[in-house]
Amino acid sequence: MTSKLVSRRDLDFVLYELLDTAALCSRARFADHSRATFDAALDLSGRIAADFFAPHNRRSDEHEPMFEDGHVRLIAEIGSALKAFTDAGLMAAGHDYEYGGMQLPLSVAKACFAYFKAANVATAAYPFLTIGAANLLLAHGSKEQIDSYARPMLAGRFFGTMCLSEPQAGSSLADIRTRAEAQGDGSYRLFGNKMWISGGEHELSENIVHLVLAKIPGGPAGAKGISLFICPKLLLRADGSTGERNDIALAGLNHKMGYRGTTNTLLNFGEGAQKPGGAAGAVAYRVGEAHQGLAYMCHMMNEARIGVGLGATMLGYTGYLHALEYARGRPQGRPAANRNPADPQVAIIEHADVRRMLLAQKTYVEGALALNLVCARLVDEQDTAQDKTAREQAGLLLDLLTPVAKSWPSQWCLEANSLAIQVHGGYGYTRDYPVEQFYRDNRLNAIHEGTHGIQALDLLGRKAVAQRGMALTLLGREIEMACKEAGARRETVLFARQLGEAAARMALTTEKLHAAGDPERTLANASLYLEMFGHVVMAWIWLRQATVAARQLADNTQEPDFYRGKLQAAAYFFRWELPKTAQWCELLQSLDATTLEMQDAWF
Amino acid sequence: MKILVPVKRVVDYNVKVRVKADQTGVETANVKMSMNPFDEIAVEEAVRLKEAGIATEVIAVSCGLLSCQETLRTALAIGADRAILVETDVELQPLAVAKLLAAVFKKESPDLVILGKQAIDDDSNQTGQMLGALLGRPQATFASKVVIEGGAAQVTREVDGGLETIKITLPAIVTTDLRLNEPRYVTLPNIMKAKKKPLENVKPADLGVDVTPRLKTLKVTEPPKRSAGVKVPDVATLVAKLKNEAKVI
Repeated sequence: MTSKLVSRRDLDFVLYELLDTAALCSRARFADHSRATFDAALDLSGRIAADFFAPHNRRSDEHEPMFEDGHVRLIAEIGSALKAFTDAGLMAAGHDYEYGGMQLPLSVAKACFAYFKAANVATAAYPFLTIGAANLLLAHGSKEQIDSYARPMLAGRFFGTMCLSEPQAGSSLADIRTRAEAQGDGSYRLFGNKMWISGGEHELSENIVHLVLAKIPGGPAGAKGISLFICPKLLLRADGSTGERNDIALAGLNHKMGYRGTTNTLLNFGEGAQKPGGAAGAVAYRVGEAHQGLAYMCHMMNEARIGVGLGATMLGYTGYLHALEYARGRPQGRPAANRNPADPQVAIIEHADVRRMLLAQKTYVEGALALNLVCARLVDEQDTAQDKTAREQAGLLLDLLTPVAKSWPSQWCLEANSLAIQVHGGYGYTRDYPVEQFYRDNRLNAIHEGTHGIQALDLLGRKAVAQRGMALTLLGREIEMACKEAGARRETVLFARQLGEAAARMALTTEKLHAAGDPERTLANASLYLEMFGHVVMAWIWLRQATVAARQLADNTQEPDFYRGKLQAAAYFFRWELPKTAQWCELLQSLDATTLEMQDAWF
Repeated sequence: MKILVPVKRVVDYNVKVRVKADQTGVETANVKMSMNPFDEIAVEEAVRLKEAGIATEVIAVSCGLLSCQETLRTALAIGADRAILVETDVELQPLAVAKLLAAVFKKESPDLVILGKQAIDDDSNQTGQMLGALLGRPQATFASKVVIEGGAAQVTREVDGGLETIKITLPAIVTTDLRLNEPRYVTLPNIMKAKKKPLENVKPADLGVDVTPRLKTLKVTEPPKRSAGVKVPDVATLVAKLKNEAKVI
């Protein structure tokens, strides 16, 4: 039985052949590592994901969390899976030895996490939220906050959440109302309601550490007056053990289309359900400076958004592997050239249209996986590259690519899930096969951690013009280098030429959009710009993969099929997908105002 | 008490093995390899004995290519203290492995050798028994329970008729069956610790052992494809077929 979570061969290809991850071992932080330790971590992740996460993926969908007496009831398997995950030390896979971590490069840690996201995205959300929360404290918390909260999180004893949205303030964080009232002792009391809080209440861990955005009365209006607070479910005693219950009440659960095993809650802070220290109000501790909360939160967004992109990718990936197995085993019909009913039927993979759907899926999911790991590698470069310029440039390029790493997989790996259902035919639409769940689970990814529309505004309005377009210039240079290398090989020379043209069109389009002098009109085109930009980035990713594949084939590899598959997927992207950007660019350059000018009353 | 745990590197149990085109063996190029699952149970048992304070040192040993080091690192990550690789690129057969292990045994003088009852690649089920014979030491095969007490091992064996419990004097050889224990998952910190544990590399010649193959593989082929079934009209026909054609009742 080969794994239907992810192709290990492909992971190895991206990590070792495309990204030369082993080269990172020459850097001080990774000096204890070698490919053997990376492989051991990947093997371990694959086993725990298959043995503890995948088996309850369906059950957790069918038995969504229940609200009982102010508590959340979850199926027991979620707890056992998370225990296996934390016992193995995976929570701190990429963190310092000092925190009990393994100091894996982020690119390897993300490859390890890929298994869990493919096996059970909903159960995997608990540790990944916790890792994100711990990272935020490591970056901006005081030493005491790190010791009291981040360490137990990385040890898997406490879990974390991010409390940003409120019922009336989702994408518009400037409008949050939760208030933080300073107490005499340096602590605060929170009052307000928080919506869409994943992992907001459960009994999977000793404690839950909520990271809450709130406003200190008297501060600046809007987004500039937001501060960040630690608000634990159970208050800590002086020795660090958990004590009194804080004034945080579970007000309800959201009943979702997918991702059901991740309990999603509405929390009321400071409504007086509990009276810690004899008074109502949720006891909280400010992280960093007052009114800097949003900046701190955004700091961590890069990693969180790459995480969402990886989740979307892995749902697409596992769906593709399921569809592939189904297509190889399902006999149906006969080839066009032979309609003799006396002859046996062929497996549906023999039909060209089924292969088209499988190839499209392969192209989307393998491309998205490579993109996410390329971004994770940029984080490694940003953190550990030898010279300052290289670190800064990696950071800039990462900022630019982050909206794409989040949005492209959310859109196209969802499309892959749709095609996986299509390959299964009627069976794919039933609950007898898992592909319908993958689709439902994946539909979330274009919504959370900044919707598609928000990503588009971020890319066109901010990232593309940051530092006078410096990041775009860097991407242009990367594309140029990839084209130069690919241009020297017969198999990839045409792709290189095509990408060169597409990149030039993209640069011109960006310029024209920003020269319009009407920001509203420019930004009305943001979503299509994101789509076009995403496709050009993906062409760059596929060109790099194709170049490696062509080189291996020229070197008489023992696995010609694997590399021919890569070249064919690249060909699909260059022939069926990239040409769409020409039409998109034409529309974008015209600064079309059709959607902008549409009036409410005309609907 | 010192325990020696021989481990074999085999094609991973999840891989669907394919016969090489020239029928000389199975395809191992670019195939995922891992520790023989029965040997993993052996390492786990040895480590548990150490954790229980019964054993003082666990030594993992593997024979074969340099890449067997990875398998030894896994044993070290589970909890073995050090490892020995007997490196050779000669095709190793059970007798040669037993001879190599006997030589390592004489060098290390362990009180107990625990190894898998068989390896999932060749299913020979011979190495442990041959090792017992070469050393002239007692053996308890197919163990599902091992209790060490006063210089002896009380071993419950899984035999065709049920369970048999025997007592053997140490030093002895025990081979593991599936139900002996459930091996743990390694942890990331232990993977890093394993890197720093000693791993010694010796050659068969250093041990004075001739590993030349004694058996010749003539041909390796795929098992016959399962043919289509037939429907029988009634129970009587089924019984008749089982008796006369399949000859199973």
